[in-house]
Amino acid sequence: MALEKVTQVTGRGVFVPGADIDTDRIIPARFMKCVTFDGLGEFAFYDVRFDPNTGEKTNHPLNDSRFDGATILLAGVNFGCGSSREHAPQSLSKYGFKAVIAQSFAEIFFGNSTTLAMPCVTLQAAEIEALRQAVEADPAVQITIDLVGKRVKSSAGHDFALSIPESARDALVAGRWDPIQELLDREEKIAETAKALNYV
Amino acid sequence: MGKSLYQKVWDAHTVGKLADGRTQLFIGTHLIHEVTSPQAFGMLRDLGLTVKYPARTFATVDHIVPTENQDQPVDPLAAEMMAALQSNCDDFGVTYFDLKSGKQGIVHVVGPEQGITQPGTTIACGDSHTATHGAFGAIAFGIGTTQVRDVLATQTMAMEPLKVRRIEVTGKLRPGVYAKDVTLHIIRILGAKGGIGFAYEYAGDVFDAMSMEERMTVCNMAIEGGARCGYVNPDAKTVAYLQGRPYVDMSDFDATAARWLSFASDADAVYDDIVKIDAADIEPTVTWGISPDHGIAISETIPDPAKAQTPGEKASVEEALAYMKLPAGAPIKGQKIDVAFIGSCTNGRLSDFREVAKFIQGHKVAAGVKAIAVPGSQIVAHQCEQEGIDKIFSAAGFEWRAAGCSMCLAMNPDKLVGDQLCASSSNRNFKGRQGSPTGRTVLMSPVMVAAAAIQGSIADARELFELEPEAAVA
Ligand code: SF4
Repeated sequence: MALEKVTQVTGRGVFVPGADIDTDRIIPARFMKCVTFDGLGEFAFYDVRFDPNTGEKTNHPLNDSRFDGATILLAGVNFGCGSSREHAPQSLSKYGFKAVIAQSFAEIFFGNSTTLAMPCVTLQAAEIEALRQAVEADPAVQITIDLVGKRVKSSAGHDFALSIPESARDALVAGRWDPIQELLDREEKIAETAKALNYV
Repeated sequence: MGKSLYQKVWDAHTVGKLADGRTQLFIGTHLIHEVTSPQAFGMLRDLGLTVKYPARTFATVDHIVPTENQDQPVDPLAAEMMAALQSNCDDFGVTYFDLKSGKQGIVHVVGPEQGITQPGTTIACGDSHTATHGAFGAIAFGIGTTQVRDVLATQTMAMEPLKVRRIEVTGKLRPGVYAKDVTLHIIRILGAKGGIGFAYEYAGDVFDAMSMEERMTVCNMAIEGGARCGYVNPDAKTVAYLQGRPYVDMSDFDATAARWLSFASDADAVYDDIVKIDAADIEPTVTWGISPDHGIAISETIPDPAKAQTPGEKASVEEALAYMKLPAGAPIKGQKIDVAFIGSCTNGRLSDFREVAKFIQGHKVAAGVKAIAVPGSQIVAHQCEQEGIDKIFSAAGFEWRAAGCSMCLAMNPDKLVGDQLCASSSNRNFKGRQGSPTGRTVLMSPVMVAAAAIQGSIADARELFELEPEAAVA
């Protein structure tokens, strides 16, 4: 299984405000009634994009046409906390996001995203704020996440050191973000481990 | 140098290192349900793979099951999901505790009940509250759907090792203070993201004294504190709970029990962090906001953004209060409720309903409050019905329902409407969690939910039910 090597992501950014954005917020549970992930994109952030009472579009940044086509999501701390639902990164990915930059990520969300080849990298609060101001002033600003050089750069002149756990970075850059083949390859070792455990 | 339970279990289940540095970890027990498994089976079929150890995966249906007529989902999508689970289990030879089995229920209630959850094992499930099983000294993780695929196909998954934080709660809980209060208190102190990168080991007198069901309540919410898993070391209570359960091998039980106990952390185990909490500091705790770490003691007042220490805190309190429509600085006690929910994998077990039943006899749910009691499994429902507990709830004005997740996340017809405020024994108070985008959730123990239901507003159960206050210590 040859997987794409994700060495860098370039695109326009959009900032979604708030700390502790949980996966219920990213994809409300009622949209999880599905047996495939297809079609989840249109429900990303649904309850904050549409007024619950009137159904009208809110002033959420994803409703702002200036940010149409943005592929890099900018966020705050503890992004993706709560439920383990892979529906959350799936909906962001199907919506069109290719990467997320935040101050920190919840672990399950982070792992789920990496396995979808959607890098989640962290920057300092002030750096994200600088990017937010830049894209809000000019939505055409291009942001580049360089996973090889470990930098986030922008066409507005920003150049920040990014953080990402080395294992995830390696998995993305080397094109092994989906570990299934490697897991399958160790059949004998798996059987040995199972045998040594008295309960399997 | 000794090892913690976490290290022992991790080492025993390590298959090897992957090229990216992660560990390939063997998953002894895999639990699945209807919401996060169909896509995984789909991926398996797309790749032409099969289920490697079908006997090590167990399925049940919980999230979308209606609690009025369990087998009649009005929603065609729900029916489709239930049918998909059935056919996937049939196709791949997976044990399925379906609605007709008498054993169906919330996946985290069913595993322990059946004795599938055992000490010293690794457990994975496509659900973040899998940490619940840690009450038995298992290392239990919530995983995403692609990982569900990995576990189905290989019985292993790729994982980064965690650090271990030992949380010692010493002393004795005061009357009216429950396991739920302990877990909400810990989250309040350490924060909703304080546990990122950690496994939590819960230790000390308070956990030693807890029943297995109480330990499950605490471990259940490890994830709400950011920890990937939480556990209590196995002891005689763990062994006694499991003895004779359907999936426990009784052929040489003494040896099995000895093996289980051998996984407990060594006295000289080394931890990455240790936190000490005095049980006497814990009061009945309720949430006031939109994150599980927005907790306060029932005697406290709702935070006031004007008193926030930092601009960040001010903004977060303002956001939470704007959503919750609660008055800054006012007592939380006395805030009106619309709905009361007792159930979920946090507090939907037999002991929860027994405890509430002790107090609600002779009381009535306040006019205008919708109160529902939802057993965590068909077995819990049956036991409650045997003991007449269902009648006590009905007589007090609760609707007694059939087993499922119900209003914990409202993927079934049990939902809040508009901005109703719900006193809930569940585990998440996120915006929109209980089915209405503007619905409001206040988390608390089941006894506190009952008190709120009866009073019609958030109440101190110790006052309403005249729980003996302990003699003040000088
Ligand atoms: S009861 Fe709630 S938290 Fe528990 S498994 Fe069901 S939906 Fe998840």
